[in-house]
Formats: sequence, structure tokens, C-alpha cells
Amino acid sequence: MADKKLYAKAALFDTPDKIINAAKKTTEAGYKKFDVNTPYPVHGMDRAMGMGQSNIGYVTLFFGLSGAIFIFLFMWWTFASSYNIVVGGKPFLAAPAFIPITFETTVLFAAISTFIGMLAVYFKLPANSHPVHDTEYMKAVSGDKYGLVIEADDTIFDNVKVDEFLNNLGAYKVFDLYLPEKETYKMLEPKFIVFLIMVAAGTFVLTYLTLNKLMFIDPFSWMEFQDKITAQEGSDIFPDMKGMRLPVEGTVSRSDILYPYMGLVNPTEVLSNPTIPDKEILKLGKSKFLTFCSPCHGNFAQGESRLHLQFPTGPTLVNDKIINYPDGMIFHIITNGQNAMPSYHLQITPEERWAVVDYIRVLQRAQNATDSDLQLVNKELSSNVAK
Amino acid sequence: MSPNETGYIKKDLPGNILKTGGILLGIGLILGIAGFLVDSYRASFAYLVSFIFFLSIVIGSLFLVALEYAANADWSTPFRRVSEFLAAGLPLLLIFTIPLLFNTDSLFLWSHSDYINTDKMLQAKSAYLNTPFFMIRVFAIFIIWIIFYNLIIRNSRKQDSTGNQALTKRNIILSVIFLPIFAVTITLVAVDWIMSLESKWFSTIFGVYLFAGVTWSALAALTITSIKLNEKGYLHSAIKEDHYYSLGTLMFAFTAFWGYIAFSQYMLIWYGNLPEETFWFMQRWDGGWKIISILLIITHFIVPFFYLLSYESKTNPKKLKFISIWILCVHFLDIYWLVMPSMARNDHAYSFSWIDFVFPLVFVGVLIIVFKKVAEKINLVPVGDPKLERGLKFHL
Repeated sequence: MADKKLYAKAALFDTPDKIINAAKKTTEAGYKKFDVNTPYPVHGMDRAMGMGQSNIGYVTLFFGLSGAIFIFLFMWWTFASSYNIVVGGKPFLAAPAFIPITFETTVLFAAISTFIGMLAVYFKLPANSHPVHDTEYMKAVSGDKYGLVIEADDTIFDNVKVDEFLNNLGAYKVFDLYLPEKETYKMLEPKFIVFLIMVAAGTFVLTYLTLNKLMFIDPFSWMEFQDKITAQEGSDIFPDMKGMRLPVEGTVSRSDILYPYMGLVNPTEVLSNPTIPDKEILKLGKSKFLTFCSPCHGNFAQGESRLHLQFPTGPTLVNDKIINYPDGMIFHIITNGQNAMPSYHLQITPEERWAVVDYIRVLQRAQNATDSDLQLVNKELSSNVAK
Repeated sequence: MSPNETGYIKKDLPGNILKTGGILLGIGLILGIAGFLVDSYRASFAYLVSFIFFLSIVIGSLFLVALEYAANADWSTPFRRVSEFLAAGLPLLLIFTIPLLFNTDSLFLWSHSDYINTDKMLQAKSAYLNTPFFMIRVFAIFIIWIIFYNLIIRNSRKQDSTGNQALTKRNIILSVIFLPIFAVTITLVAVDWIMSLESKWFSTIFGVYLFAGVTWSALAALTITSIKLNEKGYLHSAIKEDHYYSLGTLMFAFTAFWGYIAFSQYMLIWYGNLPEETFWFMQRWDGGWKIISILLIITHFIVPFFYLLSYESKTNPKKLKFISIWILCVHFLDIYWLVMPSMARNDHAYSFSWIDFVFPLVFVGVLIIVFKKVAEKINLVPVGDPKLERGLKFHL
């Protein structure tokens, strides 16, 4: 035993009053490096030991504020900067909605940093043991006794005097505590690291099973899986194995009005325009024209479209040839298609097609305006101003 | 322990306290009556603000007394009497409520039957919001409070001479009965007096909001009074840093609690974005009220929170006195912010007025006079309380 280095002398006491008194006397005697171990917090101990305020509060404050700032910036980045998503019609930087999470993260960072900070200070991480651990003294003070430790590297430590001092305080037992022969960090031992890896692997497997298997076990699936055929589903009832059926051949929908000249390239006769253009009809025609016609023919029907040179260029609709077409001929081309132009009879209803024809007439007239037209426009504009 | 063993010697409070209280009350009464004569509509709202402020302190103090008994706390026993004396204004609520009952027409739109007939929602609410039932509630609640006040305080005072421990036990039972009743009644008070100013508005957390302010201000009143009395030597000399620290911690806790509740109320209404709820906050975000709303967040939460965060400010009597006065002022501002925007309706508009600052004089004066009068007869320290010795030896 003699080759072991003495760490401290430890004394055990019976009652909380004795330990408070002992701590006071030890402080008065001038010992600086001493500590008290009790099974529960004894009131007034800080003062008896002459301790000031702990600085751990600053760690808590710093990390608490860091947590608040970090998570707020993180939410700003995810919601308002990197990937904007409208949630509940709120602004991207919806500060009130961020506050609960900011609060929780502040508490989380503060609590964890306080805990780890205390471990780091008291255990001097990465060391995870202390010379008083695994001693009879520690067993006693974690049971029902109160202990006081005076460290050997205190400036006024003296082997004999300390023994005497502790006995005079009323200690019923005094121990010698020794430093371990070799400094070992159990945290860096292979056994502990392997244990950590196994915990990590176990957590991974459990998480995987929970998220990918367990969560998809469905105790009641009568509603989810029924004998009916849903859209896009196959079925072996029919020879072609398709679940979705086509209408019987020759089926005509009730609202369908058959176009008599379908398929004719150069019809000898065409329909006459049933509409009398007014603002409502022209508005409808403009909307449909801009949706379906303008990609090729251009917004002003001049053939200069945004698909120019990327797609078969649509011809102009404002030249004499088209101006001289009867309305029914333009209607026929929209309905039937011509050359590269497909039929639009499925996309645009007959009423809307007539509206488009009316709108094309407007574009034609606008681009070949006569003086009387201009006078009319000016008159209308000035009357609007006068209003 | 017999009374003389504790080392407490009763000293009378100086007579000029009574004078101060009398002057405040006198000026307040004259100006208050003038206020009612000049503009009774305006004055009834201003009076309501101060009335709720007074109610906060008296019922909050009784709550603190009951809390001490129910939790069997001993640290606050040496200055429990301060809370008891502050609560002594409780029976006066019955008198102070009279000016308001004469002005329900100005205060509450729901008291007008022609207004109620315009709206289906108000008709549905009229089973609760009608004048007779309102009167019944007001008096029933105040009388229940006064009964509990008398029962608890009588036992506490009897103990001074007898030192009978059974009285403490009886008070614990009374307090445990009183606390849930307090929770319900303070909610009803919040709904009746403040929330119903806007007949259509509703917020289920509103009672808790008022409770947070009530407890906060009662703690502040207790802290400032105890420290003042202790510094001049009217309390037991053993009241020390650790007691102050505990008071500071409680004020800190209720600062955070108020922030939590106020924000919870705001966030749900903001997120739900329903017009029948949001208009209440829109009123308080309108014009100059926007400044008051922001000021309230800063003064009611941010400043006290960071001020009370450090150990030093919770143990330094000077700093505690400062924050206690701060808290009382801010609690007044809080009630002002709750009540006043609602007076802008029909052909009335809100504008700043001298009348707003008249009625606090009345109620502060009343609190001072009542405190002094009660302290003339009763010990400032509960010398017969078995918990007193432990309370004096209190260590953190």
C-alpha cells in the first residue's frame, strides 16, 4: 500500500448537523481543497463550505440563448429562405408559429448543456471516474451517512494533523483514499466503445423496423382493401385484363351536338355564325384564344408566337385570305383541324369556338383599322376620360 | 412556542402612513367624483381598470395565504401577515362595485336589449349575459371570497394568543376547499368584468390570463411591503436573503407564466385567424394601441424576465423593491390595455384623459389605510404559528 499515492482523507459523520458544523470548521481552519458528500442536498451547505455562486448558470444561459438563436435561424432558413412553403396562409417568416419550437429548443439546449457541463467539470472528461468512487466511503455516503473529504494536495495538508482534526470534529470513521496507480479512462476502453457501437446498431435496427415495418401493420384493413376495382387497376373479369372499361361503341353523350362536316378538307358549305359579338363573348373568346391558339398563332394572331422555330410555325390569321373566309370556315378549321393543326373539338365547346372566331375577327379589324375605326376608338376613349 | 419566545416585539406603524393614505384617498375621491360628473362614460371605464387592479391585489393576497396553508409552506410564514393585511380590503369590494353596477349601461353592450336583438350570437349568449344574473354572480362571488377570507384570517389571528396547532390544520382544510373555488371564481370575474366588455369576443384561456396577472401583482405587493417593513424593523429580524430570494423566484416564475399564457392566447387566435376572435387583437393593434401592445410585451415579460434572472437581483432588497413597483405599474398597464380599447364604440372614441389616473389614487389610498388600521390591532408576525420557527430558520 505504501507505493500508492494518497488522494485524500475522508471522514464519515452521523447527522446533518454534524456535517454542517464540520464543513464550517474546515472552512475556518483554512482548508481550500475539500468537498462534502451527502445522500441528499443539505440546506445551508453552500454557505457552510464558504462557496460562492456556481458559474454553471452562465453555461446554461449561453447555450440556452444559442439554442434559441440557432433554431430560429434554422426555421427561417428552411421555411422562409431555402424552400418557401405557404402554411395556413401565413407569411413565410411566421414568427409566432416559430416561438413554441424556439422555447422548447432553448430549454433542451440549456438542460443538456448544464448536465454535460457539470459532468465535464466534475469528472474532468474524458475521465469518467473519481478517486472516491468504488470505496467504502462512497457506499456510506450514498446510503445514510454524511462525508467530508480533505484532499492531500491542499497547501496546509498534514497527514497526522488532518486525522486529528477530523476526529475532533466528531467523525466516527476516517479513511485514507488513494489515487489509482495508473490513470485509466474507461470511456476510451475498447470494451466501452464496442458497447457504444452495439447500442448504435441496435437503435438503428429498432428504428428501421419501427418506421418501415411496425408502422405499416394494419389491424383493421376491411375499408382499405375492398373487392371493387379502383381507377387504373387491372381485373381478370374481362379478357383484356383492364379494370377500366370504355363506353359501348356508338355511344353518344346527351350534350354532344354532331358536327356535320367533320373530316372534310375543303367543305363546300359551312355553318353560319349564330352569335352576335358583345363584350362577354369577346372576353370568352379572348381567354380561349390565348389558351389554345396563341401558342402557335401568337397573341395577336400574326403567326409570331413564342414557339416560333421550335414547332411548326402557325400561319398568320390577319391576312386577306383569312379575312375573306366566312366565319363558318374558321369554325370548321378549329373543329376539324388543318394540315399540322389538330382538331380542337374536344378542348373547346362549340359556343367557345364561335367566341374564338369573333375574337379573331376583332384582331383582324384591329390590325387593318380604317380612319373611321380610329375616330370611333378616340371618341370612346375621350368619353371614358370625360367620365 | 409561546409568543414571547420568538423575539418579536410589536411596533406600531408610524401615523404619517395614515396621513399619506388619507391624502391619496381624498384627492382621488374628489377628482374621481369630478371625473364622473364630467364624463361618466369615460370615468366608468377608468374606474373599472382601477377596480380590477384593487381586486387583483386583495384576492391575489388571499390566494397566497391559502397557497401557503395548502402547500404547508413554512418559508413564507414570517411575512404571511403582510398578505393577510393586503387582503383585508376584500370586504370593501362590495362597496367599490356599486359605482360600476350603476354604470353597466355604459360598460356592457349586452345590457341593451335592442343591441342583443340585432345578433343571433348575442341572443344565444343572453342566458348568461343578462343584468340580473350578472348582479347575482358579482355578489355571490364576492360574498364567497369574503366568507373564506374571514374564516381563514380568523383562525390565523386566534392562533396568536392560543398557539393552537389545530387551527393550522383547520386552515389547511379551508384553503384546500378555497383554491378550486378561487380558480372558478377568478375565471368568472375575468369573463364578467373584462371579456364581456366585448360581448361577442371569447377566449377560453382568458381566466388563466387574469390569474397570472393577479398572482404576479399580489406577489409584488407582498414583496415591496415586506421589504419596506423589514428594513424599518417592523417584522422579525430573522427575515433574510433566502426569503427574499424565494419571493424573487416566485415573481420570476409568474413573469414567465404570464408570458406563456399571453402568448398561448395570442398564437391560437393568430393561427386560427377567425374574424370573430381576431378583432379583439386588431383593436389593440390600431393606432397608438400598437405602441402599448409592444410596450406590454417588453415591460411585462422581457424586462422583468432578464432582470430577475440573476441570483443577485433576487436577493438584493433594493433591486427587488424596484422590480416590485415596476410589476405593480405594469399590471395596471396590462388591465388598462385589456379594458380601455373596448370603450371605442358607437359614437365614442378612445383618447387619452386625466380621468384614467385618478382612480388608482383612491384604491392605493384605501389599501394603505386598511393596512395601517389592521396593523394597529394585529401582530405583523404570526407569533403563535407553529411553522414560524422553521420559517425563520429557512435556508435554501
